Amino acid sequence: MLIASVATVVIIGGLAAAVVLSPGWARVRSSFFDPDEARRSFHPILEGFWLNVRMFLIAEPIILVAGLAIALARQARSPWLLPLRGLAVVYTDVVRGVPTILLVFLFVFGVPGLKLEGLTNSIFFWATVALVVSYSAYVAEVFRAGIESVHPSQVTSAEALALTRGQSMRYVIVPQALRRVIPPLLNDFVSLQKDTALVASVSLFDSLFTARDMAAYDFNYTPYVVVACFFIVITVPLARLCDWLSRWVVRRERAGVL
Amino acid sequence: MNERPLIEVRNLRKTYGSRVVLDDISLAVSRGDVVCLIGSSGSGKSTLLRCLDLLEPIDDGVIEFEGREVSDPGVDPRDVRREIGMVFQAYNLFPHRTVLANCTLAPRKVHGLSRRAARSRAVELLGRFGLGEHVDVHPDQLSGGQQQRAALVRALCTEPKLLLLDEITAALDPELVGDVLGIVRDLAAAGTTMVLATHEMAFAREVASRVCFLDGGRVLESGPPEQVLGDPVEPRTREFLRRVLPA
Repeated sequence: MLIASVATVVIIGGLAAAVVLSPGWARVRSSFFDPDEARRSFHPILEGFWLNVRMFLIAEPIILVAGLAIALARQARSPWLLPLRGLAVVYTDVVRGVPTILLVFLFVFGVPGLKLEGLTNSIFFWATVALVVSYSAYVAEVFRAGIESVHPSQVTSAEALALTRGQSMRYVIVPQALRRVIPPLLNDFVSLQKDTALVASVSLFDSLFTARDMAAYDFNYTPYVVVACFFIVITVPLARLCDWLSRWVVRRERAGVL
Repeated sequence: MNERPLIEVRNLRKTYGSRVVLDDISLAVSRGDVVCLIGSSGSGKSTLLRCLDLLEPIDDGVIEFEGREVSDPGVDPRDVRREIGMVFQAYNLFPHRTVLANCTLAPRKVHGLSRRAARSRAVELLGRFGLGEHVDVHPDQLSGGQQQRAALVRALCTEPKLLLLDEITAALDPELVGDVLGIVRDLAAAGTTMVLATHEMAFAREVASRVCFLDGGRVLESGPPEQVLGDPVEPRTREFLRRVLPA
């Protein structure tokens, strides 16, 4: 306990001293950690951040549903669904290969460029679509890994009870898979929450774009640090929730057995 | 009518790649029969049981259930499995469902029972098999013997015409084996038709109406237990029994 405390103080203190005693610290402090600038930018960035949060809250449920649907399509064995299965494979391969920021460009600038009747040109809408497309491919792979991790004897057992393949997926395989993928899924949530900042690149007034605007106006980088703090405030509790949930699943199903 | 066996296999052949696992197996099981499959590991007992439940595709031969050829590719295997209960060596209970939910799944989703009917049947059977207090717990909280009894109840809840038991005591601690065998003994006495793979020779002698000795994927010897276990004809059978029976 004592050793741990001393080691922590020495290491943290050493790092802090290295930063604070560096020759350029005064410059860095005034351009990144200016309290006045932070105060001034707080409210505009908070408003921008609300856009990031909204985008996350809208995209996440759609991603979960789409991801599971794609994963299930990949598991389909019925000959009727074979084309769907091929499509799911191509989708995950292609989408995961394209950087998310390029998907944002493609959807925000590309789709309205098609000049199709009845489609919105809203940047917010198409940026959200881009995130949904990108993340549903990742989440589908997480679900697939979960589904494939369920022991084949469970499938045999369901078959022996004369369940259909759909029923054994619905009642036996998927529920077990879902419990196992909660931690990696939450990891993707955290990552998605951060990636909502990519929409700053298409001039949407989210927190990062607001910060960039202010930084350019005042020649001061403090707004960027403020944005970082906002993201940390959201993502750290998410990460803790993730740890807690995975422990809860273990406790619930292995109760009494160690 | 009564002459017709419940399930019959003729000249069954099963291979994995170039390896022949079952070779020219013929076996008929009538209602009320208790057929024990004995033989060393890898002799094909489990595979034969899985073939009977149509869980494995077969390469050649015929399987008839109640006089209907069910090995025909046109037959939906689920129609057959509805009538057959199977219990595995490793229990294979569904860990995310409570014991009760394990037992009511197939009756509700496959046999169309109402939630209440499925529940009352499962609770009654669980109670009879000494699991009355454990209805609402998850399987991992039970001992191996209790889990295997729950697996037996799960199979019985669909009121199968035939019960297939695949070495159901092989994974249990010795003191728990008696528990599970006691239930099988009761089922046999109640006239349940069963085919079971087992290493418990004393038990086979007691409950079996017929014992089949499998060796290298073939039924080498088959007959009443006192003959196959007491006075075997084949040298391979004698050798096997010498190894497994206490002197």
